[in-house]
Amino acid sequence: MIEIRNVRKSFGETTILDGISLDVHQGELLCLIGGSGSGKSTLLQCINGLEPIQGGEIHVDGVDIRSKSVSINHLRRKIGMVFQQYEAFPHLTALENVALAPRVVARVPRRQALEDAHRHLAHVGLGDKAASYPRNLSGGQQQRLAIARALAMEPRYMLFDEVTSALDPELVAEVLDTMRTLKREGMTMVVVTHDMDFVRESADRVAFLSKGTICEIGSVQQVMLDPQTDIVRKFLSRRSSS
Amino acid sequence: MSDYHFHWAMALRDLPALLQGSLVTLQLTILSMVIGVAVSVPLAVMRWQGSGIWSAVAGGWVDIARNTPVLLQVYAVYFGLGAYGLNVSSYMATLLAISFNNIGYLIEVFRGGLASVPRYQYISGRALGMSATQAYAWIVWPQLLRIVFYSVMTQMVWAMLNTSLGLLIGLRELAGAAQQAQSVNYRTLETFTMAAVLYYLMAKLLILGAERLYTRLYGRR
Repeated sequence: MIEIRNVRKSFGETTILDGISLDVHQGELLCLIGGSGSGKSTLLQCINGLEPIQGGEIHVDGVDIRSKSVSINHLRRKIGMVFQQYEAFPHLTALENVALAPRVVARVPRRQALEDAHRHLAHVGLGDKAASYPRNLSGGQQQRLAIARALAMEPRYMLFDEVTSALDPELVAEVLDTMRTLKREGMTMVVVTHDMDFVRESADRVAFLSKGTICEIGSVQQVMLDPQTDIVRKFLSRRSSS
Repeated sequence: MSDYHFHWAMALRDLPALLQGSLVTLQLTILSMVIGVAVSVPLAVMRWQGSGIWSAVAGGWVDIARNTPVLLQVYAVYFGLGAYGLNVSSYMATLLAISFNNIGYLIEVFRGGLASVPRYQYISGRALGMSATQAYAWIVWPQLLRIVFYSVMTQMVWAMLNTSLGLLIGLRELAGAAQQAQSVNYRTLETFTMAAVLYYLMAKLLILGAERLYTRLYGRR
């Protein structure tokens, strides 16, 4: 379980997160939605400590992410993350991309790591691309590679930061399919997205962020179909009309 | 037409001495590059991260090394240190001065390389649980080395040519050996021509070696 309590984050004078409290339960898919600049991506990066927080607490499986006794690097092994930018490592093949972190971070022997990497590539539908370099993969394939790479650390949680936003429309489906597969398998996921169809269809819960606070949080039924606040109603009507 | 009559036979007798000097030149080149890379890499990282005392040191180093004549950098080490009672040999002074110059240029080369590797490459590594050092070692540097490879090689050739300034403080590297030889054999033009050819061949050798290494590491350009 991830427990977020009253988290505050600012860049200089600008407040990005203004007292966010939120729980992520085991096995659920929680979607974070909201306009740009609402703080949802920043919140995601605070969860695995990529962005330091200035106030509040974040606990992952009961461990404070700012704890001095537990290395953040160790904690991050539990939390896979995929970004909007395709960040496949261009100097490595798909297989090596996936095997790198297990070898370097978890010290898995090379042969074992490569064997596992084959399995993870197959899992995201890239079984035949093991020897390919990222430059020869489509954007959708690179994003699936990024997912496989995160899965290779056998995380308990997966964070997705607008992973389809930079993709050509025809490549979005394959990435979302991979995410649905993970959900079916019981992965706990926090997904920042602008894809309302995906939210409606796949989310267990939805949180709507605005100006660094949570406006509404609840089931898809509650937030998407029966929003209580004007700001959410406006946001959703804009999205569905576009 | 020129009245000068070339007497190659006489000059060629000094070829062994020039080859001896070439060895000193090569040695200085390689050592000054090893020092240059070793010192400039951490400074480039500091400068790229952009704050603190070491960033300022790197900035000042770049500024001075690139905006003053290399000759004066050689003099500064040789006579400057001497003025403070630190007497260094002409070999050591040339090595230190050329290293100083290399560091100034290489800081900028590596900093440019760092800037051209997308930041998300590093962040992705950290998100996978790598330490900062691991993310640099396994993700950033392999990409960066490919980017800066030819700039570093250019600097290496530049460093080799600059070691000829050692002649002015009495070093018998290639140019110094030629200078010495022609003062005895009086075949000035022939001797310096031989030295120039040797410099040219060594530069070509370095570039050829670098190109082969690059192809081996990264495939064709």
